[in-house]
Amino acid sequence: MKKNLMKMNKITKNNLITYGIVVVAFIIMQILVTSGNISSLLQGLLVPLCVYAIAAISLNLVVGISGELSLGHAGFMCVGAYASAFFSKAVGEGMPGMVRFILAILVGALVAGIFGIVIGIPVLRLRGDYLAIVTLAFGEIIKNLMNVLYIGMDSNGLHFSVSDAASLNMEADGTVIINGALGITGTPKDSTFTIGVILILITLFIVLNLIHSRSGRAIMSIRDNRIAAESVGINITKYKLMAFSISAALAGVAGVLYAHNLSTLTVKKFDYNTSILILVFVVLGGIGSIRGSIIAAVILTALPEMLRGLSDYRMLIYAIVLIAMMLFNWAPSAINWRERVKAKFKGKKQKTDKKEAA
Amino acid sequence: MSFISYLINGISLGSVYAIIALGYTMVYGIAKMLNFAHGDVIMIGAYVVLTMMTGAGVNPLLAVLISMAACTILGMTIEKIAYKPLRNAASPLAVLITAIGVSYLLQNIALLVFGASAKSFTNIVNIPALTLAGGKLIITGTTIVTIFACIIIMLGLTLFVNKTKPGQAMQAVSEDRGAAQLMGINVNGTISLTFAIGSALAAIAGVLLCSAYPTLTPYTGAMPGIKAFVAAVFGGIGSIPGAMVGGILLGIIEIMGKAYISSQVADAIVFAVLIVVLLVKPTGLFGKNIQEKV
Amino acid sequence: MKNMKKFVGLALTATLAAASLAGCGSKNNDTSTGSSASSAADGTVYKIGGIGPVTGAAAAYGDAVEKGAKLAVEEINAAGGINGTPIEFKFEDDEHDAEKSVNAYNTLKDWGMQMLLGTVTSAPCIAVNAEASNDNMFLLSPSGTALECISTPNAFRVCFSDPAQGTKSAEYIGQNKLATKVAAIYDSSDPYSSGIYESFAAEAANQGLEIVASEAFTADSKADFKVQLQKAKDGGAELVFLPIYYQETALILKQAADIGFDTQFFGCDGLDGILGVENFDTTLAEGVMLLTPFAADAEDEATQHFVKAYAEAYNNETPIQFAADAYDGIYAIKDAAEKAGITADMNASDICDALKVSMTEITLNGVTGTISWTEDGEPSKEPKAVVIQNGAYTAM
Repeated sequence: MKKNLMKMNKITKNNLITYGIVVVAFIIMQILVTSGNISSLLQGLLVPLCVYAIAAISLNLVVGISGELSLGHAGFMCVGAYASAFFSKAVGEGMPGMVRFILAILVGALVAGIFGIVIGIPVLRLRGDYLAIVTLAFGEIIKNLMNVLYIGMDSNGLHFSVSDAASLNMEADGTVIINGALGITGTPKDSTFTIGVILILITLFIVLNLIHSRSGRAIMSIRDNRIAAESVGINITKYKLMAFSISAALAGVAGVLYAHNLSTLTVKKFDYNTSILILVFVVLGGIGSIRGSIIAAVILTALPEMLRGLSDYRMLIYAIVLIAMMLFNWAPSAINWRERVKAKFKGKKQKTDKKEAA
Repeated sequence: MSFISYLINGISLGSVYAIIALGYTMVYGIAKMLNFAHGDVIMIGAYVVLTMMTGAGVNPLLAVLISMAACTILGMTIEKIAYKPLRNAASPLAVLITAIGVSYLLQNIALLVFGASAKSFTNIVNIPALTLAGGKLIITGTTIVTIFACIIIMLGLTLFVNKTKPGQAMQAVSEDRGAAQLMGINVNGTISLTFAIGSALAAIAGVLLCSAYPTLTPYTGAMPGIKAFVAAVFGGIGSIPGAMVGGILLGIIEIMGKAYISSQVADAIVFAVLIVVLLVKPTGLFGKNIQEKV
Repeated sequence: MKNMKKFVGLALTATLAAASLAGCGSKNNDTSTGSSASSAADGTVYKIGGIGPVTGAAAAYGDAVEKGAKLAVEEINAAGGINGTPIEFKFEDDEHDAEKSVNAYNTLKDWGMQMLLGTVTSAPCIAVNAEASNDNMFLLSPSGTALECISTPNAFRVCFSDPAQGTKSAEYIGQNKLATKVAAIYDSSDPYSSGIYESFAAEAANQGLEIVASEAFTADSKADFKVQLQKAKDGGAELVFLPIYYQETALILKQAADIGFDTQFFGCDGLDGILGVENFDTTLAEGVMLLTPFAADAEDEATQHFVKAYAEAYNNETPIQFAADAYDGIYAIKDAAEKAGITADMNASDICDALKVSMTEITLNGVTGTISWTEDGEPSKEPKAVVIQNGAYTAM
């Protein structure tokens, strides 16, 4: 019992560190912003950093905790972004900004979550690379369909078309809200760094609590040994779907934050490259390590911007740094080397301690 | 009549996917990794051929051979530096991410060396087009060559894997790496050889891709790479005949979707068919059903 | 514990990366503060920023804009600058991504940008202009064609808008009776292409044109166009309208020849550059018509000078329309700045207020035509209809 309690404490402590890092980073940034000691670039990066941190945490729930490889995560971001931006545009000035944004977040999360369930039911029957390719396929389908979707609104209500804006047949007072490949323009800029950080904290709260709950342990037991889990009566489909749809809803939240940060929203952003980028955050940060996901997302989002001084060689260096970081973090030989260096360091320290004692 | 001409279109597009998918599936089968950089090796291979022919005036066949040699060296170097250290990493995803890094790297090297503007690829296939039914059906020389190359490579690979010592070593490594090592098979050498062959195939694929669709940019390889990956999964990843069948089917579906349903949503149709196939046959058309051990 | 190690490793990498970045960053700061100390303080240079994709799939366009703009800046500086003050030009990459574009904009702001020539592509331009209009920063987009790009008073553009191009193309085809049955092949994943197509389709009805096939492709499947061409052929199209870029057009022309489809092709400004594609068999493009404000083979002095200077500066490259738009853009800024009498020590907002007015008063005799601007930022210039004959553009 006591052991159990200590274990609980360790987990709580570990979680508190994660929350702490986010809060401290937030406070530092806020001080920099209010004192004016911050570059426009960094200030502009604050919301995107939150977007990618949330996306990475949510994907980690699928990849790290549930043990499934998903290559279509950007598709859920896309759904959340479009649904919420559509909502905000349709409501317009009809309600106060803050209320509208909170509702937009809920709309984005809800729609993305529903997509997560609908896609998850067939997809989760597959395993490994086959599951990966089907998630990629769904991401691409969402992208392709959004590209040809036109929705307009006038006094008669909503009009839909899948060919062009002219065939919406709207009244003269109508506005085209989703305009095919051009997407949604003029979404109100509601996202702020403070809201972004609050959303990160909520995401962390949901994910960390899920992991350490009864359901979370069930999900991880399926990951570790599906057959054993099944044999002790764990409902595989239910728990996998739970992780998948919560992850999709959270990705939708990241999408909402993204959509309300820029005045343009196109599907081009949500192609497989973005899905892969989020996967890069998760793997680089350590599969299953929530804190690692946040840190990796922040580093890899800021890195190309910090490398702007290199002009033409920027993306080249970025690629090299990415490969080097992967090798450093994952290669067994690099891990061994790190251990040895650490051991040496510790050994030295112990020796000096002894000397001092003598 | 238009149906048959669409079918021929589909086969010629599919044969290009198939030839890329063969390299993909080969590497996957043995090294158990999705080599996301494969499409970019193809692009480099095409640039090498183009530079040799227009810059150095080398004859086409020699240019292809030089490109194969260059890609082989490139593939083995990538494997040695970026993939091998991660072979025993705690998660197979690590090497996948590194492959993505390599993909970015190759694209940006090509961007710096060859520039961003598109280059038109010199046609190296000088076989006249086949005209059937009084000019209503035309099969281009490139299509004929691609299909033949595809069949030859498929048969060659199948024979190599089944009948030769190194090929059997590959199979052994693919089945059980640890056991293969215990049996005295040089696992590192075998995987290296796999990358060498896969990259040489990429050079051929690059030439044929760019002969069929003669526009070359540093990003030319990316999308066909993904499509070939889809084709390989479609056919059952790791299966050599599966890659060929998967590639050709993918091409046909893409063209038929465009022709008879809607050209606006052709991509969605392709992927929807893929999903349906995988739901019915969860390991692809020719994939092995892996029995789970209890 | 295992996670902890991983975390330590990551943190170590992070510090490494940060340290190396700090190195670059501070070096960068040194140069920029160095120059801004010498500039902003005593106003010795105008700082013009540029944004566009120089990596990623749209790199060719950003690359051309950067080169065209730099050429104009060098010429102006060699001739004594704007009212005797030289221009400093800095170009930032946006990878054709709205978010990266805003980052590039912020980077340029940190550098001390006073005027912006950008951005190159439509969707990023809309995002950047939202920021720019907030800051009251003067924005002149060389090639952002979507209507929404310049919806605010601070923003202007050099190129035609999408609706203008589509409408003009349909009018030209109708008035010159080039065809009655037309087909269109466009990129449904690209706002530029689908924007032109839509306005073309709307105007085609007024011009008595019948659209027998309207076929799309996407960025993900733009290798095989035989189906689209076959449908146009089966529909009996006398003319195929191509509101797309020259790279895809090169493939379309080749495949049309492959399937024996000999028809009239008609394109917009995106088609310019097709003759400059390295190794392209120009006989395929024989007879292709395009409505473009710029043609590299035009006879006028301005164009000839520009094409020659561009080739000398950049390895014998032929400039495409993007480079020409950027070149004109810089000269437009110069003319407007001189007209308004701005000085280099003014801040971005004051410059914007002055240029907003003077832009509508100037008439630029540029390489993309004689341009004047309306208050809503649209250029008024006439497109030239050119046809490709004997491997060269010929005015019709």
